[in-house]
Amino acid sequence: MTIDIKHQDDSTTQLVIQDEMTIYTVLELRDTLLPYLEENKELQLDLSDVSEIDSAGMQLLLMLKQQAVKINNQFTLVHHSHAVVETLELFNVASFFGDLVVLSADWEAS
Amino acid sequence: MSDLDAVFETFKQEVKELLEEMEEALLILEDTPDDSETINSLFRAMHTVKGSAGLFGLNDIVAFTHEAETILDQVRNNEKAIDHNLISVLLDCKDHTEKLIHHCIEFPDQDLPGELASYGEKLVVQLTGKTKQDDTLPIVNGTTQTVEMDTSAEAGELSDKWIISLAFKADAFRMGVDPMSFLRYLKTLGDIERVLLLTDVIPEADEYDPESCYLQLKVAFKSEADKQTIEDVFEFASDDCDINILPPHSKIDEYISLLEESDDQVELLGEMLVKIGVLTDNDITRALQKMSDDSQDNKPIGEVLVEQHVVHPEVVDKALKKQQKIKQKVANDANYIRVDSGKLGQLINLVGELVISGAAMDLMVERHGLADVEEVATTMNTLVSDIRDTALDLRMVPISETFNKFKRVVRDVSKELGKQIELKITGGETELDKTVVEKINDPLTHLLRNSLDHGIETPEQRAQAGKEDKGCIQLNAYHQSGHIVIQIIDNGAGLNTEKILAKAISNGLISEDHNLTQQEIYNLIFEAGLSTKAQASDLSGRGVGMDVVRRNIEGLRGSVNIDSVPGQGTTITIQLPLTLAIIDGFMVEAMSERYIIPLSMVDECVEMSSGEWEVDDVQHYVNLRGVAMPFLRLGEYFNIGKTNGDKGRESLVVVRSGKSKAGFVVDELHGEHQTVIKPLGKVFENISGLTGATVLGDGNVALILDVQGLIQKAVKGE
Repeated sequence: MTIDIKHQDDSTTQLVIQDEMTIYTVLELRDTLLPYLEENKELQLDLSDVSEIDSAGMQLLLMLKQQAVKINNQFTLVHHSHAVVETLELFNVASFFGDLVVLSADWEAS
Repeated sequence: MSDLDAVFETFKQEVKELLEEMEEALLILEDTPDDSETINSLFRAMHTVKGSAGLFGLNDIVAFTHEAETILDQVRNNEKAIDHNLISVLLDCKDHTEKLIHHCIEFPDQDLPGELASYGEKLVVQLTGKTKQDDTLPIVNGTTQTVEMDTSAEAGELSDKWIISLAFKADAFRMGVDPMSFLRYLKTLGDIERVLLLTDVIPEADEYDPESCYLQLKVAFKSEADKQTIEDVFEFASDDCDINILPPHSKIDEYISLLEESDDQVELLGEMLVKIGVLTDNDITRALQKMSDDSQDNKPIGEVLVEQHVVHPEVVDKALKKQQKIKQKVANDANYIRVDSGKLGQLINLVGELVISGAAMDLMVERHGLADVEEVATTMNTLVSDIRDTALDLRMVPISETFNKFKRVVRDVSKELGKQIELKITGGETELDKTVVEKINDPLTHLLRNSLDHGIETPEQRAQAGKEDKGCIQLNAYHQSGHIVIQIIDNGAGLNTEKILAKAISNGLISEDHNLTQQEIYNLIFEAGLSTKAQASDLSGRGVGMDVVRRNIEGLRGSVNIDSVPGQGTTITIQLPLTLAIIDGFMVEAMSERYIIPLSMVDECVEMSSGEWEVDDVQHYVNLRGVAMPFLRLGEYFNIGKTNGDKGRESLVVVRSGKSKAGFVVDELHGEHQTVIKPLGKVFENISGLTGATVLGDGNVALILDVQGLIQKAVKGE
């Protein structure tokens, strides 16, 4: 389980999740991410290195987004990996997060 | 020639049934004019009449029915709307066809009498004249239909998709179920058009358990796969997920036509739906589970299925209709054999003789003490009584046939009188002997017309009395202790006792200082020469009839009673024996004479001991366990003037008819006896208290008691 702090200032924290987001990791992810969300005005998750995401992982993202809306903090996802994009589309929840999904050039290859 | 006669007879019978079918269909259409099935059967009836008539070269009938058929064809193709006027004309057409057929069969070589011909032409004008006026109708219908199509197309954007609802249980993730994988797999079967994830069911952070599943999805899915295949996708998750699969709207038509085509077998609703693929076995199992879970509100399975969103109500409706139709069809033509009723009568007579010889054999066996024969005899007796029951059952028909005929009577009469009357029929499935049905038809018609004419008030009178404008007449039938009870219940004005009394006194039926109970006053209307209606009408009111009605009913060993609450209505109750041929009797002996009491009317037998029952020999009352009950000494009643000098041990047979009870005092009890009823000769017509006689095994005659009449006599202390 590795979460790197990519960038941090007074209000914004950018985290890179370098792991899978599955049923095996969601407990730990929640415990780590929730405090960040609550302490920072804006939390950005870089998902470029998420190699695998399952329904539990997606559900966690949904919960975090909902929590952010509730406490009036920003919660954005950036650099979606292929797996993440596919999952969000499958569940038709991309619009729920409202983040810009940038498709990388080597989309087909990845 | 006789061959042709027989064919004609069949033709007559067939046409009669068809016309009855047609009338029934027309009456149904009055309430539900859009019922395409009924319209079809209407058309078929007319079409078949025309065809059969053509076969016999009855050109007059063909010419007339052709017009009616043409109109019905238009109705069937939605080119013409069916309304009350058209129904009235068609009903007249039905009557006219009946008359034509009667004429053609009775006077095959004559032309139509002018009256019939001109009436026929008039009807044709009414039929076809209407068509011209209604020419605009189809266009109007057309436009409304397109409008409906448009709106439904907009509303039903997802109408040709399967709607799959998935509600995963909390443990789903832990059980290794990943909703995503199902969606992926689903994609291999068709196109996922839209996914709706219900985000607001995901709990907030403090209550959130990352390893629990909160996902609830609705998936719009486009696929050619059938329901079972789609459900199989989720088979692995069935324990951890509530799955509802609602077939696409566009499939409804397909299912409906599948239902239409399915075999005519009586099946359970669920079985039918699984067969055509609208449901899977799982759906049924869950619905049944749900039904047994909340057993207090007994919802039909169809409703539960619709509530669970696994099936469209339209499909369930159709299936129910289909099921109903099959059941009816099975009931209607399940291996019917047309049998000459004369042959049946002969069979019943023979069975009667068989019963008598059986009794004779019993007697012999007993007299000679043949123990080994006795066993055989007992078995045979059981068989004989089974045969008896089966033979009698052959002649049993449900009374609904008779009741349904009255729908037309009520409709016509209420139109004629300017009244609004609804006919309710209950207990139509009650069965009784065919001969009784035939004979009860006339009296019933008369009583019903009487209720329509005198009972139900005009809408204005009803409004004044604070009642609904629409009057109601109920025909009811049920079985009660070996009898059938037929009731005609109206919610009209009730009987006016003062008018009845005044009329009865002026006609000299009763004296002014009468001492009649309310009930007896009501029953006065069954006396000859009494009509309370000031003005005689077409229908009733000439003072002949009610007495004839009573005589007819009594001729059937029945009785008729009338009860009324002023301002609230009248109930006429007719009690009839189920059969006129063979009954289970109870044989008793008094002063060396044997009598039969219908077993169904026997309540109990007790010893006639003056000490125990406080017998009052002057007033003829006993105190039976605290209830005063009149009694009658049968021996003395039928042997007038004689008294039983040697009073040995006497028994008291308690009999019951309706609510009244009485005791018959007899010398000996002989027990059950299968009784073949033979009518008494004319000589005995005036003897009250008897309804017939029977021949016993030893050749002697036993008299069958008219229990009801005797009870009345006992009550009056005669």
